[in-house]
Amino acid sequence: MSRMNRLRQCFDTLATTGRTALVPFVTAGDPSVDTTVDIMHALVDAGADIIELGIPFSDPMADGPVIQLSSERAIERGVSLTTVLDNVHSFRQNNQNTPVVLMGYLNPLYRMTFSVFATKAATAGVDAVLVVDSPPEESSEFEACLKQADISMIRLVAPTTTAERMRLIAKNAGGFIYYVALKGITGAGSSNNETASSLQRIDTMRELSGLPVAAGFGIKDAESAAAWAQVADAVVIGSALVTRLAECSSSEQACDTVKSFLAPIRTAMDNVHK
Amino acid sequence: MKSELPVFNLDYRPDTAGHFGGYGGKYVSETLMAALDDLNLAWQKLRKDPEFLAEFDYDLSHYVGRPSPLYHAKRLSAEVGGAQILLKREDLNHTGAHKINNTVGQALLARYLGKSRVIAETGAGQHGVASATVAARLGMQCVVYMGEVDIHRQAINVYRMRLLGAEVREVTSGSATLKDALNEAMRDWVTNVDNTYYIIGTVAGPHPYPQLVRDFNSVIGREARRQMQEQFGCLPDALVACVGGGSNAMGLFHPFVDDTDVPMFGVEAAGRGLETGQHAAPLTAGRVGVLHGNKSYLMDDDNGQILHTHSVSAGLDYPGVGPEHSWLKDTGRAEYVAIDDKEALAAFHQLTRTEGILPALESSHAVAYAVKLAASMPTNKLVLVNLSGRGDKDVHTVAELEGIEL
Repeated sequence: MSRMNRLRQCFDTLATTGRTALVPFVTAGDPSVDTTVDIMHALVDAGADIIELGIPFSDPMADGPVIQLSSERAIERGVSLTTVLDNVHSFRQNNQNTPVVLMGYLNPLYRMTFSVFATKAATAGVDAVLVVDSPPEESSEFEACLKQADISMIRLVAPTTTAERMRLIAKNAGGFIYYVALKGITGAGSSNNETASSLQRIDTMRELSGLPVAAGFGIKDAESAAAWAQVADAVVIGSALVTRLAECSSSEQACDTVKSFLAPIRTAMDNVHK
Repeated sequence: MKSELPVFNLDYRPDTAGHFGGYGGKYVSETLMAALDDLNLAWQKLRKDPEFLAEFDYDLSHYVGRPSPLYHAKRLSAEVGGAQILLKREDLNHTGAHKINNTVGQALLARYLGKSRVIAETGAGQHGVASATVAARLGMQCVVYMGEVDIHRQAINVYRMRLLGAEVREVTSGSATLKDALNEAMRDWVTNVDNTYYIIGTVAGPHPYPQLVRDFNSVIGREARRQMQEQFGCLPDALVACVGGGSNAMGLFHPFVDDTDVPMFGVEAAGRGLETGQHAAPLTAGRVGVLHGNKSYLMDDDNGQILHTHSVSAGLDYPGVGPEHSWLKDTGRAEYVAIDDKEALAAFHQLTRTEGILPALESSHAVAYAVKLAASMPTNKLVLVNLSGRGDKDVHTVAELEGIEL
């Protein structure tokens, strides 16, 4: 299956059954280098539709302490962008269907060079990338390389994004739109889906881009996931999961943690009728 | 009242998207885009607004104490035995460094934007003190982020900030120095963007910060240019300034950029030596990358992870540098060199002993290079050094390095 199709296929299938995509985030290389691929498979077994895999970076400005410390630990273990791509490659040996999105910051990709990164990512089986500090205004070279490799560029929309920027973002987006559910960093506070402006932004972005919209930041349990599942096409959960994984000392323990953490969230989301 | 309006007359850099050649730009999370666009809109208007500029000018005269003198360091020059060394005395500003030029300006900007809370990051503590000072003056809430390591080595400035009513928040992540304080300030800003203004302390960060911090500090170069004409009837034969993020250097250089016969030297921190890797010299020994919202020279490893830096001076201990410096380097308009910890300490002592002026350890790097440069030039040449700050804050560090218990 081609990469563009893997994400589209995923959302198409979900749409026919009225389900919302569950998108867990984990940092590559945490809690250990060897567990990442096992964790990815466990995520799928526990009901994940798409996997967001974090590329550790030394200066993650948009992330809160949980993902920041998780990244620091991974870097200390020697995890690099190359390791992350190797993880995806290994995962693809046994899973051809679950889309994988890499999330990170620009400098490691810039250092590898955009064209080398795009080629390697495509070979490894990456479907899309979300680079926090690479807005549409600064991305033309990067976008061209991704396009050539058939990899989607996921774009962020924030509660502060203006109507004019929403149009610019929609024009440059691929895969799905990532709606930042709160003004803040990952893992902070809790987000509120009730606000009229959030609903309106999600609808507007869906309409402008023709893409599904995921909600993330501040979603941490079954209750908040179900609330967002009512309005978004996908729900991203990161810090809450990364916190629990950090305490695991073996691959088995990490996989058990993934299952026990995601199961109630999956159930709650599936009970949402849109 | 002195007036040099229009103040910001060099309009051709950066371009409207904040690019200096291939550098600069706005590499930030979407959450900050609206705030940066608002700030940019306000600044592009205010930088040409006579009323705003007059208010800024008034504050520089009556609150900061400008103009700062241009002082001929005759004994130092005689000891060196080469070109005459002139000091632009930014150390005599209120709060003891050039940093106040920028914070006075940004505080006015914060008030104009209707923000009630200001935040800042600080390395040596000078920018933190300067931010806490203007916040106290305008009755604004102020939070300063500072690395754990820097809090330890700049204890006096931490206490000064607290006296001024600011909350100093300790940053323990990463290398617990300036870059990590900057990350933490950005996180605060993303979270509290509605009521908070972020006073960035150097000519780095996303557009329009490199431009506006330069604009506010360019009073240094404008005064220096005029003082040269008045006191010596000519322009200097060289400009020398230390470069961490690069705000004092950019402030001095900017009004001279078009005077292509005036060479400009930016002095980075070679720390324990460039060959040891323990330094803070991205322009001299780094390469191009993206950090803290802009593309510029920086220090990273082969995986693109930002490196921990080292310098004896907390204010230079930063792995990135302002994008306009990267542009000046690539165009060849400015030359960037590095001075190590030992050379800086020697210059600290030399200036103190010959002129009765204690320079900040940051500024000591510029003095050290100026001494080298002057020694290679004839006695009728003039080397202008930006003495960006005073060294009182560093007395403890110097004593400790020399094994003296106070």
